[in-house]
This record gives sequence, structure tokens and C-alpha cells, in this order.
Amino acid sequence: MQTLKMIITGPFSSGKTELIQCISEIDVVSTERKITRESERIKDQTTVAMDFGRITIDEDLILYLFGTPGQKRFDFMWEVLSEGMLGFVVMVDSTRPETFREARRILETFRSYSPVPYIVAANKQDLADAWPAEDLRIVLRVESGVKVVPCVASDRESVKEVLLELLYSILELMDEGKVLG
Amino acid sequence: MALKGKLEDFGITQLLNLINLARKTGTLYIAGSEKEAYLCFREGRLIYVSMAGVDDYLPVILQRAGIFTEDHVRMIRKNMPGKTDQDIARVLITSGHLKQQGLLRLVREHILGLVFQVFSWNQGAFRFEPSELPVQGRITASIALENVIMEGSRRLKEWELLSDELPDLGIALKFAERPTTPLRDINLSVEEWRVISFINPRNTIRQIANYNNMDELQIRKIVYSLLQASLVEIVRSPRPLSAPVETQAPASDQVAKPDPQAEPQMRRPAVKRGIIQRLIRRIREL
Repeated sequence: MQTLKMIITGPFSSGKTELIQCISEIDVVSTERKITRESERIKDQTTVAMDFGRITIDEDLILYLFGTPGQKRFDFMWEVLSEGMLGFVVMVDSTRPETFREARRILETFRSYSPVPYIVAANKQDLADAWPAEDLRIVLRVESGVKVVPCVASDRESVKEVLLELLYSILELMDEGKVLG
Repeated sequence: MALKGKLEDFGITQLLNLINLARKTGTLYIAGSEKEAYLCFREGRLIYVSMAGVDDYLPVILQRAGIFTEDHVRMIRKNMPGKTDQDIARVLITSGHLKQQGLLRLVREHILGLVFQVFSWNQGAFRFEPSELPVQGRITASIALENVIMEGSRRLKEWELLSDELPDLGIALKFAERPTTPLRDINLSVEEWRVISFINPRNTIRQIANYNNMDELQIRKIVYSLLQASLVEIVRSPRPLSAPVETQAPASDQVAKPDPQAEPQMRRPAVKRGIIQRLIRRIREL
């Protein structure tokens, strides 16, 4: 049995848990706790260790989705989680520009762990205040070859699109012959 | 879809950069901690700026530039009621009072003066309304944002330095008791003379600026040079001074652009192409 993993990362409250819950075939093994810090109280609970979801591909292949804890004080766990990842998705709450700088920091951190393909998922695109994906590309300084995918983490089709775009990115890299690994 | 946010999170430089790169058309409304302004853009170029408390009626702009007197402005207001800036400009140009090029240069300078003031705002809310351009009847310019961003950033640094040297505009000035050089032997610019003429322990620096229609950067530069030349001194008031003006520069983006030379080349994990295709097929089916 072969297992693969994708990492879903992003700032606090960007929709990582929701995305995994939306697509996972098992109940997400979530480690949510009540938020104690007043400054972070924009939702009642947050992930303190990781979220863990699963998609069975066939009888001998399983894809695991790991969601990183969003709060900064748990970032020591990121490197451990990122080991052996197929690629990663940086979730961004498109309606909260105050988190864009943090998203950029997370993106750079994960890139430094492992130079695997990644995409940016511009979440909450169903809300009126959402910044367009192409504007997020500019403010997050995402390279032109990296996809910024508009998404709604509560919508299964939209989540499928995010995962597929990451896989397409991996294939494109293979086709371009740029891969090292 | 409106872009909204706080200047504390997303500074003016970043906003202008975004508007420039995305070639946006629309209006950026900014509610700063003390003032409000709106900046209009067409395809990523700055065309107009309006700021609360700053009269942008064309004759007033010409008065500030020293071309019109107060009487001229009063006369135009009286005789051309309801006429737009464009109407007034047309009359002034066709009657030979002004040349089109000169007028456009003044409007451009007025717009730049306002946008550079906005650069020092680091608190407040902003909202970008695409395709909204409230410039009916106004004379617009077409200014490339790259230069605005460069010059604004340079001024911001200067602003930070001057703010450190002179944090409070609520203080008053007096002439130095023992100036090293007599005032008549010193070459002063017109602007400096305008400030000098109001030096009085009863006038605060802010009042002098307001009376002379100077922005904070202008008045700080002049006062700083007068202080450096030991021509004036700060009046040390026994009463507690008013709280310093908000002058802190927006936090610079700590995330430095990565050095492309140092960037690791993206590579795939050690899996075969067929496995990725199996993943794609399965996720499509979900």
C-alpha cells in the first residue's frame, strides 16, 4: 500500500479545516480547541495540531490531506508535517487583507522546506468582499508559473478543482522536463 | 467587487503597486485617521485626487500657485456660478489668460502634492471601487504610478526623518535670541519668508502651515532648516504639549522578495507520472 500526502496550509482561519472536511472520505481527525486569545477570536475553535483527511485512490494507493495549525505559535510543527509531501496548497481568506502578509510568510516558509509544486487557493470567493484571485497573485507576489485558484472551501466541486490544479501543476512540471527529482 | 481593508495591514505603496500592476480603473477611497481622500485611476494611471479640507476648485489651485489673487477667485465664483473646472479652463485658455500646457502642469502638481500627502497615512480604512470615476467636469491628468511610488517612498523616508526631528506641530517657534548671522544676510526662499513672517510664540507650527496652505512635509522641511540654521528656536511651553501627530511610517513589508538566484528550483516528489494521473482520475470522480 502506497500513501501520499498533500499539505493544506495558510493563515489562521483561512479555511483549511473546512476544505479537508469537504473532500475527505473519513471524518476529519481534527484537533480543534476553543480559542483562548482574544485577538484570535474571530471563530470559536481552531486547529492546534493538525487536521487529517483521507481519499482512497484505489486498493493500493491512498492520499492523505494534512492541514497545518493556523496559529503562529504552533508553526514549529510545520516542518515535521511537510516531510515527504507531494505538494502544498496555501489557503488565503480573500476577504481578510490583514492576513495576506502572513500568507506570504507561510508560503515562503513551506517553499524553503521543500521545493515541491504548490498552488494558492483564494478562498471565500463567494463573498462580496473577496479580493479577486489575480489581485492576490500580485499582493502575495506569486510567481507567474504558480496557479492562484479561486475557491470556496465549503463547496466540494471547488475543493476538487483546487486539488486537481495542484496535480496538474505537478504533471506540467514533469512535461516541461524541469523536474529534478 | 470592491477591494477593502485597513492601511495598517495594507499600505498605500502596496495599494498603488497593485493598481499599477493590475492596470485598474476605478477610485480608491481612503478614510485616514485625520483626513479622507479619494484617488481616481484609469488603466493603472493616476488621474485625479481629492482630499477633504482641500479646495480643489480650479481657480483656488491657480491662487495657490500664485497666478490668481483672492479677488480673482471671488470674481470667478460670482460670475461663473455652476461652471465646472473644465468650463473655466476653456474660458481661461481661449481668452489667452493661460496656456493649456501650463494649466495641465499645475493640475498635475496639485494632484501629486495630494497623493504624496496620502503616502504618510498609515492608519485608516480603504476601499477600491472599480469603474467608478467621480471626475465629471474636473481636469484630470494621466500620471504613471511607478514614478509616484518611487517619489512617495523617498518622501516617506524624508518624512520619517523630519518627524523624528520635529515630532509635534502643536509647538510654537520664536526667533533665536542670539542668531549667529543677521536675518537680512541670509538668503531665504519665498516659502521660507512666508513662514518667517508668522514666527510668534503664540502661533503653532500647524497654524502657520494652515495659514500658508502648506502640507505637513513642506512646513516640517522649512522649520527644520530654520532650526538647523539657528534662526528660530522652539518655545518650551510650561503646559503639557498636545499629543504628537501620528507620524509613524507604515510598517514596511518584512517579507523580502526572495533572491531569484537563491530560489530552489521546483521539483516533484519521487513519484511516477502514472500515480499522479491515478490521483487526478479519482478526484475527478469524487
